[in-house]
Amino acid sequence: MIHFDHVTKVYESNGTSFKAVNDVELKVEKGEIFGVIGFSGAGKSTLIRLVNLLERPTSGSVLLNDRDMASLKKSELREQRRKIGMIFQHFNLLESKNVYHNVAFPLSLAGVPKKEIDSRVTEILEFVGLSDKSTQYPDQLSGGQKQRVGIARALATSPEILLCDEATSALDPETTKSILDLLKRVRDEYNITILMITHEMNVIREVCDQVAVMEQGQLIEQGTIFDVFSNPKHQTTKNFVRTVMQDEIPESILRLLSDQERSRHIYRITFVNETTGEPILSRVSKGFDVEVNVLHGQITELQGVPFGNLIVELQGEQSEILKAIHYLQTSVQLKEVTAHAG
Amino acid sequence: MQVDLHTFWPKILEATNETLLMVGIALVFASLIGLPLGVALVVTRPNGLLQNGPLFKVLNAIVNFFRSIPFIILLVAILPITRLIVGTSIGTAAAVVPLVLFSGPFIARLVESSLLEVEPGVVEATEAMGATSWQIVFRVLIPEALSSLVLNITIAAIGLVGASAMAGFVGGGGLGDLAIAYGYQRFETEVMIITVLLLVVIVQVIQTVGNQLSRKIRRH
Ligand SMILES: Nc1ncnc2c1ncn2[C@@H]1O[C@H](COP(=O)(O)OP(=O)(O)O)[C@@H](O)[C@H]1O
Ligand SMILES: [Mg+2]
Repeated sequence: MIHFDHVTKVYESNGTSFKAVNDVELKVEKGEIFGVIGFSGAGKSTLIRLVNLLERPTSGSVLLNDRDMASLKKSELREQRRKIGMIFQHFNLLESKNVYHNVAFPLSLAGVPKKEIDSRVTEILEFVGLSDKSTQYPDQLSGGQKQRVGIARALATSPEILLCDEATSALDPETTKSILDLLKRVRDEYNITILMITHEMNVIREVCDQVAVMEQGQLIEQGTIFDVFSNPKHQTTKNFVRTVMQDEIPESILRLLSDQERSRHIYRITFVNETTGEPILSRVSKGFDVEVNVLHGQITELQGVPFGNLIVELQGEQSEILKAIHYLQTSVQLKEVTAHAG
Repeated sequence: MQVDLHTFWPKILEATNETLLMVGIALVFASLIGLPLGVALVVTRPNGLLQNGPLFKVLNAIVNFFRSIPFIILLVAILPITRLIVGTSIGTAAAVVPLVLFSGPFIARLVESSLLEVEPGVVEATEAMGATSWQIVFRVLIPEALSSLVLNITIAAIGLVGASAMAGFVGGGGLGDLAIAYGYQRFETEVMIITVLLLVVIVQVIQTVGNQLSRKIRRH
């Protein structure tokens, strides 16, 4: 659907050049919600603006359904842009127009007949839950309502792709949740491919299927949400995961490990979904002659699916522990924690 | 020295008419020049919608040139041009030409600053919808800036009231001329006070109307 084919974007300003996007290779499949996370200045906005050619790539190309955006003629580009909706952190609504006319605006620009505009706007306002606000002006709306108008406006021309540039970064957590739920419905009911960028890991955790981590213009890591959350490789990724999940090993446990008197068997167990932790741990202690002691960790939700990250200590005979580990490894991820583990 | 005010009332009335006429006509023509020029300054500037460095530099220099000439000098300096356009170099019509040349570039600057106040994000959002540059100018920039444009045109109108007072130099008449001719040069203080008061009232009325119109647009 969207293919960044080794895309680089260099900004030239007063004699100096700056590589905002550096050789990015990325594929977003149809119907996917793809999140790109990175700190401020990482080049995320530049990346997303390359999709609808608000920025032109310096080298490489952005392909939409195998068509190179940069090769389009002006009129073709305008046509193509109507198939790409975009929403923004600060909403960017027209202050001089009410909700109805803001949503109608892209259709009216495209020369759609009034009658058609009317039925489409009514339908979309219904979808985003703002039917009763159609005559209000943006300055009379809350942030969440403004973003709903932004989403309605982006959907008006029935796009195939929705680009979200920090769409929830100006909203409180409660409102963020409701906007993210709405975006999920956008994907589910209209089968729209969503590319979103954010600096908040909880946004990624909440809605994305795939995630890429961006740093200094480069994608340093990408994969499914489960892969990246359960096994982050790059330090920056680990830091992001840490913002939403307790995965640091507490000081007290490290102290236990450095206890030289006796050797301890401490493991990190990660599991998802049906491999719910408790039965497995109790089965281990029943089936083998070991005691299982949960030292630390949490079970959280990734896209509505439980995701556990526990640190446990196994106590017992060496041979029994080995058997228990063997058993555990058949259903969950297991990693020994050592005194020097990160 | 006492003046018989009765003989002056018709004169004052006529002068008021001349002032309103000069300001009104000059404002219309100055806006016809200033609006497109202001839009041109915005779209041709670096990173503008139709970015055009050389054209922007030329337009910018022209506007600055006219803005730097004091009105009283402009009035005299362009007498030949005035004669060419309105067929005469004296009278109310002749005063309108320099007023337009004085106010047009000023309005261009005011329009430019109003349009630049429009959030770049809104322009970008419209670009992302597949709008043409003209659609962005006429359907985003101008409507979004309208309230501020009205306030700025009000400023230009009041500037014209002030400048029109100097129209006496080319026999343009008007309240300013009356104040100088009778009040200042003949020491008829009452006439001067009355004409100045009338100018104050005119300025107040223009500002009030402008403010209310602008507020009405902002409040939708
Ligand atoms: N038009 C521009 N000209 C020059 N530098 C730019 C421009 N836009 C962005 N940049 C620079 O590119 C870098 C990435 O910016 P951006 O894509 O906005 O990052 P993010 O959205 O991740 O915060 C920043 O260092 C920024 O200063
Ligand atoms: Mg950004």
